Amino acid sequence: MARAISTKSKMFNTATAGTLGFLMFFPILWILILSFKTEEDAIRAPLEVLFSSDWTTESYGAVQARSDYFKHFMNSVTISVGSTLLGLLIAIPAAWAMAFVPAKRTKDVLMWMLSTKMLPPVGVLIPIYLIFRDFGLLDTRVGLTFVLMMINLPIIIWMLYTYFKEIPGEILEAARMDGATLREEVIYVLTPMAIPGMASTVLLNIILAWNEAFWSLQLTSSNAAPLTQFIASYSSPEGLFYAKLSAASIMAIAPILIMGWFSQKQLVRGLTFGAVK
Amino acid sequence: MATKASRSSARLMISPAVILLLGWMIIPLSMTIYFSFLRYNLLQPGSTPFAGWENYYWFFTDPSFSAAMVNTLVLVTGVLTITTIGGICFALLLDRPMFGQGIIRIMVIAPFFVMPTVSGLVWKNMFMNPVNGIFGRIAGALGMQPVDFFGQIPMASIILIVSWMWLPFATLILLTALQSLDQEQLEAAEMDGASWPNRFWFIMLPHMARAITVVILIQTIFLLSIFAEILVTTNGGPGVATTNLTYLIYVSSLLQYDVGIGSAGGVVAIILANIVAFFLMRMIGKNLDA
Amino acid sequence: MKLRTAMLAGSALVSAVATSAIAEEITIATVNNADMIVMQKLAPKWEEATGNTINWVVLEENVLRQRTTTDIATGGGSFDIMFIGAYETPIWGAKGWLTPLDDFADDADYDLEDIFQLVRNGLSADGHLYAVPLYSETSFTFYRTDVFEKAGVEAPTEQITYDAFAELVAKVHDPENGVYGTCQRGKAGWGENMAFIGPLANAFGAKWFDMDWQPQLDSEEWNNAITYYVDLMNNYGPPGASANGHNENRALFKDGKCATWVDATSAANDVRNPKTSTVADVTDFFQAPKQVTSNGTGWFWSWALAIPASSQKADVAKDFLKWGTSKEYYEMVGETEGWVAVPSGTRASVHEDPRLLEAAPFAETIKNAIFSVDPANPTRDPVPYTGVQFVAIPEFQGIGNYVGQQIAAALTGQATVEEALANSQKFAVREMTKAGYIK
Repeated sequence: MARAISTKSKMFNTATAGTLGFLMFFPILWILILSFKTEEDAIRAPLEVLFSSDWTTESYGAVQARSDYFKHFMNSVTISVGSTLLGLLIAIPAAWAMAFVPAKRTKDVLMWMLSTKMLPPVGVLIPIYLIFRDFGLLDTRVGLTFVLMMINLPIIIWMLYTYFKEIPGEILEAARMDGATLREEVIYVLTPMAIPGMASTVLLNIILAWNEAFWSLQLTSSNAAPLTQFIASYSSPEGLFYAKLSAASIMAIAPILIMGWFSQKQLVRGLTFGAVK
Repeated sequence: MATKASRSSARLMISPAVILLLGWMIIPLSMTIYFSFLRYNLLQPGSTPFAGWENYYWFFTDPSFSAAMVNTLVLVTGVLTITTIGGICFALLLDRPMFGQGIIRIMVIAPFFVMPTVSGLVWKNMFMNPVNGIFGRIAGALGMQPVDFFGQIPMASIILIVSWMWLPFATLILLTALQSLDQEQLEAAEMDGASWPNRFWFIMLPHMARAITVVILIQTIFLLSIFAEILVTTNGGPGVATTNLTYLIYVSSLLQYDVGIGSAGGVVAIILANIVAFFLMRMIGKNLDA
Repeated sequence: MKLRTAMLAGSALVSAVATSAIAEEITIATVNNADMIVMQKLAPKWEEATGNTINWVVLEENVLRQRTTTDIATGGGSFDIMFIGAYETPIWGAKGWLTPLDDFADDADYDLEDIFQLVRNGLSADGHLYAVPLYSETSFTFYRTDVFEKAGVEAPTEQITYDAFAELVAKVHDPENGVYGTCQRGKAGWGENMAFIGPLANAFGAKWFDMDWQPQLDSEEWNNAITYYVDLMNNYGPPGASANGHNENRALFKDGKCATWVDATSAANDVRNPKTSTVADVTDFFQAPKQVTSNGTGWFWSWALAIPASSQKADVAKDFLKWGTSKEYYEMVGETEGWVAVPSGTRASVHEDPRLLEAAPFAETIKNAIFSVDPANPTRDPVPYTGVQFVAIPEFQGIGNYVGQQIAAALTGQATVEEALANSQKFAVREMTKAGYIK
């Protein structure tokens, strides 16, 4: 019973949504443009910036000369992917157990886990800092990976739990009837069905870990410093710096932006937190 | 249906997560509570005598404390209001048929991927700077006095920046919810002569209710501890205009190096967060009934 | 369980990589001021010569202070070298948090005596040297000769009052042509706006504490000083002044947006450098103004390199310290960046170098200005503390930051001057009571 939609209203929708979308996207587009301008052009009036003809990559060179982008990039990748995978490893069994062997207190446990996420990180910084110092974890990737894993673990568990809940129990029972062990059940039956959900969990947590800016600034200085640290060095101006700041910003967000765009279908499909039945 | 064996293995499977989270919560938390009863200033090492409730007294009588509470509330509710209402509007709009939906959606969700430090710096310098920022340039071109965003309307500026980052998230979740709505139900209502406002109010909105609670829950978790955006733009000022609870604790424990008072603040914030969490959980728990 | 094993192995591998740092890799925490950026540019020469490598951690000034203080006070050991200033060095040195550098005196090539006595004293505690300066500074007034000429204003030759300064600023204020009468620091922070406001308040006869350590922020003198500041900035300052710190103002001035600017002498070489500034040949200097007194009207500061006691690589770090503050280093800056860019206010031999005097004729003015500062007598009335724009006690950072925020609020109109100072007074009394100075 499809309805005929007039091209006119479609055009109207496109124009409205397109304008709003462009406005949302404009700040990113603008720094992309500025990053390819000279410093002198970058502070001109907006229209002059657009029509000044000089395009240059010198800002990227300047940023790279100042701090080794690749090192920070690798740290960001290692830490965000590492913390997500590690979190997954711990979250899958927990979420599985809560979804398929619910006990009376399951929901309370889940809610409690989520509430740990509300602890303000600043409140526990000094204790964590002291513990890290004593275990030699300051400025190590392992240390930061662990912390980011911990702060995102509740979200991972919750997301996985909601996906597992949607898997009909009958299928599992059937597998069990056929004599599948618990392990086989998890690996051969459950995992394939949960792949879309896991994909979006992984994506969301990589994004969250990549962008985390409190712990990564406090607990790392150089060896393990991710891209959030890389960009922090531009927070105070030095002469003309819009083009360099833009270039550094683009370098810091581009990897995750591109990953997000390419995987947006997977991300969106699972990003419901059980809100859609 | 669950056998005894599967129950115990379930317990075994859940225990690593529970133990880790318990440890993560209890170890730093108990240290924080311990510190909050000590006279402990990083700049005065050596003796850390027991201080009783002194630190709590100092924290509660901090002239910035009440301002920080109000600011936290304003920031969280401000962003929640903008992103929820904006998200519903965006979702309704994007749910309609149009050309190039994929491209438009990509543009709308992009800000969600931007790290808070970057968005703070970019908005502060390239947009809100009254001399060289775009807004200032536009105002100047129109012959108006440029707005000094972080001087005159600091909190509104922070809310704007944070909302920009979270609007895509709300939009995405609400859109997915909307798309799962049974089209036939809508069409049936339309045939019965229900106007669009009625359809929105009685069919779409109730359908999105769950998604809205999820948006509110998740965002509240993150918004309560907003930090980086404030750090790179206003440093909590001018005065205490943009000092939220998180930032106040940062100031007392890391800018005044008073770990005792900072810890007392941490304990207060943790208690407040748990009160918020309790109410949110009840709300969401009802709505999510798993 | 294969997956789990693989992952555990993977994470073990990560940890192995992360902990096996190369032996001679040092980490330096620094602000991004122009002279430090030059040092970063030249540092590869030291790396090549010694085989060591450097990790630079570049942070905004307020953040740098927070990070370095947290690290050094907890003994975190994240940094081997820190850029710190005349405020932290004596306090931290006295606490044993810094490695003493007394053995630098034994190195004839290094010639420690060549560094100005005044500066060395500022970086010592209990007779031990704890940091070596890259540059030192006081404050003076930058002004634009072309703008003054156009407005028909004579630049003063003697120290003028702030009232006279305001009259002068009014005449050169020309926002239609994009030149604001004056740019002063507005960004909150004890090392930012308070660095300007401290000497300003001194000039108006104000003081932080009386001889009994009672805070004096609600005094008439403070009120006069802050009222003057707020009026001056609102009438003749650039928009958004409350976000401008040293580096922001420096950028504005170099871009030709300011007619006057009272700030660090150390910015002079950058502002007068044609390679980095558009106003290099139309900038000159006069003394920072006075008002009811000329005591403490120019601040004293030096950015210096220090080694935390928690550093495991003190020897390598010392080697870098010597290199970065040696005569050869300044010579190298002169050769590669031009003599006008050489950091000022540390070494007598550098200040006597004819190449410097030719490229930077103002170097002599700077030296004399620095020598005229007396941190022990910063105010009109006697006070129990030393320090011009700061008070050399650990509690000052917290108080200074808070007062800075309040004055920023007054500047933006979020609070009145009276409210801001009343809040500041209340806060200072609280902090001093907490710390046990007063009952």
